[in-house]
Amino acid sequence: MTVLIPQSLHDALAAATANPDAQIIQGGTDLMVEINFNHRKPTDVIALRRVDEIRNYVVTADKKNVVIGSGLPYREMEHGELAKLLPALAQAARTVGSPQIRAAGSIGGNLGTCSPAGDALPVLSALDAVINLRTASQSRDISVHDFMVGVKRNARQPGELIISATLPINNGWQGYAKVGVRNAMVISIASCCLVIDRIKGSVGIALGSVGPTVIRCRETEQWLSMQIDLKNNSIVAPNLLKEFGDRVAKESKPIDDHRSTAAYRRHAVATLSRRLLTRANTQ
Amino acid sequence: MSNATKTSIRRDVLGASALRPDGAAKVLGKFEFSSDLHAEHMLWGATLRSPHPYARIISIDLSEAYKIDGVEAIITSEDVPGKKTYGLISSDQPVFASKIVRYVGEPVAAVAADHPETCRRALAAIKVNYEVLIPITDAELAMLPSTTQIHPDGNLIRHQRIITGDQNLQGEIIVEAIYEMGMQDQAFLGLEAALAIPDSGGAGVEMFVATQWLHEDQKQIAACLDLPIEKIRITLGGVGGAFGAREDISLQVHCALLALRTSRPIKMQYGREESFYGHVHRHPAKIWIRHHATRAGVIQRIESRMVFDGGAYASTSAAVLINGVTHIQGPYKCLNATVDGYAVRTNNPPCGAMRGFGVVQACYAHESQMDKLAVACGLSPVEIRLINAMVTGDKLITGQVVESVAPVERCIRETDAIEMPAPLARNANALEIVGGSGLTSLPHNIVRGVGWGVSIKNLMYSESFDDFATARCQLQNGVVNLKFATVEVGQGFVVLAPQIARSVLGVDEVIIDQVDTRIGSAGSTSASRQTWMSGGAVDGACRLVRQRLFEHVGKIHNIDPLRLVIEDTDVVDMLGDFRISVIEASTGILIDETFEHHHRPTEELDKNGQGNCHVAFAFVAHRAVVDVDVELGLVKVIQVATAQDVGRVLNPIAALGQIEGGIAQGLGLAVMEEIVLDNGKMRNPSFTDYLLPTALDAPQVIAVMIEEPEPQAPLGAKGIGEPPCISVTPAIAAAIRNATGRDLPRVPIRPQDICL
Ligand SMILES: Cc1cc2nc3c(=O)[nH]c(=O)nc-3n(C[C@H](O)[C@H](O)[C@H](O)COP(=O)(O)OP(=O)(O)OC[C@H]3O[C@@H](n4cnc5c(N)ncnc54)[C@H](O)[C@@H]3O)c2cc1C
Repeated sequence: MTVLIPQSLHDALAAATANPDAQIIQGGTDLMVEINFNHRKPTDVIALRRVDEIRNYVVTADKKNVVIGSGLPYREMEHGELAKLLPALAQAARTVGSPQIRAAGSIGGNLGTCSPAGDALPVLSALDAVINLRTASQSRDISVHDFMVGVKRNARQPGELIISATLPINNGWQGYAKVGVRNAMVISIASCCLVIDRIKGSVGIALGSVGPTVIRCRETEQWLSMQIDLKNNSIVAPNLLKEFGDRVAKESKPIDDHRSTAAYRRHAVATLSRRLLTRANTQ
Repeated sequence: MSNATKTSIRRDVLGASALRPDGAAKVLGKFEFSSDLHAEHMLWGATLRSPHPYARIISIDLSEAYKIDGVEAIITSEDVPGKKTYGLISSDQPVFASKIVRYVGEPVAAVAADHPETCRRALAAIKVNYEVLIPITDAELAMLPSTTQIHPDGNLIRHQRIITGDQNLQGEIIVEAIYEMGMQDQAFLGLEAALAIPDSGGAGVEMFVATQWLHEDQKQIAACLDLPIEKIRITLGGVGGAFGAREDISLQVHCALLALRTSRPIKMQYGREESFYGHVHRHPAKIWIRHHATRAGVIQRIESRMVFDGGAYASTSAAVLINGVTHIQGPYKCLNATVDGYAVRTNNPPCGAMRGFGVVQACYAHESQMDKLAVACGLSPVEIRLINAMVTGDKLITGQVVESVAPVERCIRETDAIEMPAPLARNANALEIVGGSGLTSLPHNIVRGVGWGVSIKNLMYSESFDDFATARCQLQNGVVNLKFATVEVGQGFVVLAPQIARSVLGVDEVIIDQVDTRIGSAGSTSASRQTWMSGGAVDGACRLVRQRLFEHVGKIHNIDPLRLVIEDTDVVDMLGDFRISVIEASTGILIDETFEHHHRPTEELDKNGQGNCHVAFAFVAHRAVVDVDVELGLVKVIQVATAQDVGRVLNPIAALGQIEGGIAQGLGLAVMEEIVLDNGKMRNPSFTDYLLPTALDAPQVIAVMIEEPEPQAPLGAKGIGEPPCISVTPAIAAAIRNATGRDLPRVPIRPQDICL
């Protein structure tokens, strides 16, 4: 096995383009587990740990967006400026694994693995993130919705590196909540991100672990924006809240597995989404 | 009388919170666990396992595997020179399956090769042709005589009744229910590993193993290898936890066989997934139980039918079963009983010893019943337990009289007196409330509940088994050298043994010799027994040495040895002013004594379950306070208060460690730890999906140690390892019932059990 450790984005892109079959490693918190289980046996590896250009974030000049480097560790999202700009992402980042995992794990890896249980993904989905992918010669932007193709499948082409995720800075409440069977270090059995955009008067709702990929609840979003005026601080009436959760649950597509049951997952996303909407109203 | 602990300012004697000698190394990652073992020119061994819960082996083709470069040996059942089977109580488990596989993960072959990766490829290249059979995975079904018997010994491993007193009595109050418990894993962190170094010419083998009982391993390995016992020499490898899972043989025989076959050192070690397949688990159980009581709440009769799923091989199922049936009354008086217990063979993974050993299942059932009884009689959980609390001198349903100190009432009252936690603050930090980092719940989603559990646990082995312990003590120049085969699995004997020597002999420096089979057996590190048994052996050996020292000093200084005592680090004449330091007194001589400690004999149960089958008992009470997000079914255990009957505290910090650890393990069983089985297959053999409590799940523990020295126990101390994990599970379940109003007859309690 050869391991390349490029020291710049330029070198990383050159290496990936030269060897499209090489396995990319960022924090390694997914990949090393797969290698340990013999699910993957890479011969060539390109390690991105030293590529500083993708291990930070920038606020765009118009202050409308944040561009998050694919290699930025979760730990850096939990506090500080980034957490103020993107509270839902900060909350999702805090739920990931343990301090060790959060010091290494990244959005690039979460997107690369593309598990329906990836905690950053519902946030990216609810915020309509745009993912930037590059080769040595080309750069393309793709909506996160198009990027996530299926269970652990994404739209990345061989030789492409995931460079960043661009997320809007919204005026409005946002939050993330996750259910697991213990109080930390747990794979979600259901999760929900809710984002309100008061300027546009829209809401984004995305669910994790209740379908083959993250699920965006478009019908419920539309329904809700017709029920209440999201541009203003209108309070959601209890009967609406009930229906809201039921509609979210209806859009989920959970299964029974050893972690939980479909019935519980449906119940959980209904409950989580109601709670998030209530928090949006009261906080 | 000298009493070394009396006014002593000496460090690390009995009663002091002496620190573990291996503690710092373990925390710093420097401790050598078995998986760190290494030898020059060693080969790696690996095991091929059955993918089927039940299948006939039609053929095994090794030819492709042998073609792989670096493969040195492949062995199957045909290569076992001695006994083809092993087992702790009955020898019913094949070293390698030959004709039939009976559980997923059963060993079929083993390879030795130059690298773990070569081993992996060789295993993949072995072609086993199976005829898949329909597995029997339901214990109730397996028990029926009409069901396929999956083993020549039959599907019923043991049936034990307890019939005593009035068989027709009907109480004014009757409560009954069926309780179930899932399969828990011991989940020790240091995985199975061993190194075997063959003697030249295949005459024997030197082994380094992480085990719980060196001499039992030695006996079983020797039988399978067809070698005299003394040709198998075992040294303890660093053990990272055991909890019962290392009582049975796992890779020992395979490793030794490969070493003899290749004439090279062999290293074997399991990964986490293989560990789930490679050791026994806690028995899942289904318990029907009916209590008869007076209107005032006095228990008059118990009826119960208990079914333990033993999985494919017997392991210790027969002993686990008798622990279950003999403890079903709990720590309560009861004169009349009708109990039927069954340990059953199925095509599920084999079950055997795990901390609590059959009593965990019984306790969950009887404590759940006590709360039902309390409600039926209009009493509180504390009142019903106090009314029925057993005392020393009470007769158990087996006819055995409880001679142990039995402070059940004190355990309950002192637990009750522990301050309750503050109510959940409206502005509580999210990480401290249910849902933790998931930010799932807000304080107004949460309901608090309180529940109780009280238990009785036997100590040491039962039913006529003489599980003695041996220790040797040498004193020279003021330094004590201790030798024993007592396995340190984390319980703390490495700190206790020197404490004993310091207290008895007035020395400071104590060296523990290598733990191996070059001395008599110490018995297993299980059944809460090593402080009592090996502690008794070390104490006995040190006392013999002290007597010899007094004789020596008496002779030289012309004093009757009976007048001599140890005071701090001196030998002192009680009746005169002679005084000499132990160092000086022992300079230039070597005193060397060996002592065996035996507990009093016990009896087997007769067909009606009568007999003095247990050695002694320990008691404990737990009160759990939980917060439940009722709508989502999520739980956080806030506090566990406990008062435990420990006899005497020999090392407060070590005792507290056992209590806190046991509580975490019992908590796991209550709300998250379960091996999920689907037609005999494990669905979650990893720490991703087999969930253990984390720091955010561990409750505040407030522990009171009740010190009423046990006259039978050599140091006055009872075993304290198992009780902490027994009644905490029902206490937490009761607290969740209290918060939710749900019946919750099964543990672990899953979110959907609470909210759907
Ligand atoms: C103990 C533990 C707990 C965990 N808990 C959680 C949890 O609670 N929530 C959660 O969501 N996840 C969890 N995970 C999974 C993992 O930490 C996350 O998915 C994390 O985001 C992966 O990031 P990484 O940088 O470590 O990815 P890596 O392992 O380095 O990579 C993962 C995949 O992405 C690809 N990849 C990474 N970066 C790029 C790039 N720039 N361009 C192209 N491809 C790329 C890799 O090739 C690989 O296929 C846990 C993992 C462990 C081991």
